[in-house]
Amino acid sequence: MQSKISNRKHRPERGEGSKIIFAVATIFVIALAWFAASPVGAQTPSVDDEVNRIAKTLYCPVCPNTPLDVCNTQACADWRKQIKEMLIQGKSEQQIRDYFVQQFGERVLGAPPAEGFNWIAYILPALGIVLGAVVAWLTVRQWILRRADVTSAPEAPAIPKEYADRIEKELKEY
Amino acid sequence: MPRWVQIVVFIAVIALIGFFAFGLRVRGAPALGSGPAPDFTLKSFDGQSLKLSDLRGKVVIINFWASWCGPCRDEAAFLEKTWRQYKDRGVVFLGIDYNDVEPNARAYLKEFDITYYNGPDLGGIISPLYRIKGVPETYFVGKDGNLYGNALGPITRDSGYMTEREFIRKIEEMLAQK
Repeated sequence: MQSKISNRKHRPERGEGSKIIFAVATIFVIALAWFAASPVGAQTPSVDDEVNRIAKTLYCPVCPNTPLDVCNTQACADWRKQIKEMLIQGKSEQQIRDYFVQQFGERVLGAPPAEGFNWIAYILPALGIVLGAVVAWLTVRQWILRRADVTSAPEAPAIPKEYADRIEKELKEY
Repeated sequence: MPRWVQIVVFIAVIALIGFFAFGLRVRGAPALGSGPAPDFTLKSFDGQSLKLSDLRGKVVIINFWASWCGPCRDEAAFLEKTWRQYKDRGVVFLGIDYNDVEPNARAYLKEFDITYYNGPDLGGIISPLYRIKGVPETYFVGKDGNLYGNALGPITRDSGYMTEREFIRKIEEMLAQK
């Protein structure tokens, strides 16, 4: 009788197995959620993101003024693929950019490198702004001076008293 | 406004207009079809170098192509066939790969079994010399180093740019030149 009771005590209760499974599943879900939300996971961009980031700074040599990341031609698709392959090979962004310039020329860059004749592209806009500011300042100053001249212009000379009296008298008589 | 400012502004405006006019003129200029063929050095996919001016005395066919270009595929086999037909008669074919990815370009050459001299337009230097607008484009350089026309599209049996028959005739005409 006793042995029967003790046997009954050591037998797992109904539902205990499902509780273990539930606990394991819960731990697994929490671990998964923690991994997904972990800063390390969030800060590691995928290769495709890297490709897009670099492609955004390069321009399609075939269809000018179109960044490589939004260009839909076959050529651009090939170049994006090439960027991806170079990234996988461990090439840096600068090495990839240098390669594209060597292959297709400086026109693939969003802005010309600041050297030699290219400096004109950087200097001219600033020069234009300075020149425009000087012209605007001189023009405004001229307007202000002209206006001041008009407002401070001397009043019409007073009519001599004898003429004034005469005019007054004639007006009354009229 | 001081006189010197007026002069500076006037010169700046004129220079700006001139700058844009020059840009429009260069961009709008048609592809080369006559006059001396611009010289260039083409480095082949195999690492060899070839200068156009070194080919003086031969008829040179310059073909701009790219592996991503559909119409280029339409003429590729014909160009290779014609090259094999004329290579012993003083005709040189030069293939210039335009804005391409090297592995794709090599695969293209292999696909069409292209054996004539081919190389990439490194740095995009050669194509602006000929003011090409796209690919395929073919330029004909005579024995004297001058250009004798071009085909600004694919060369196929019924092409609107240049038919295969016209292409052969063109080579024969240029071979006949002294």
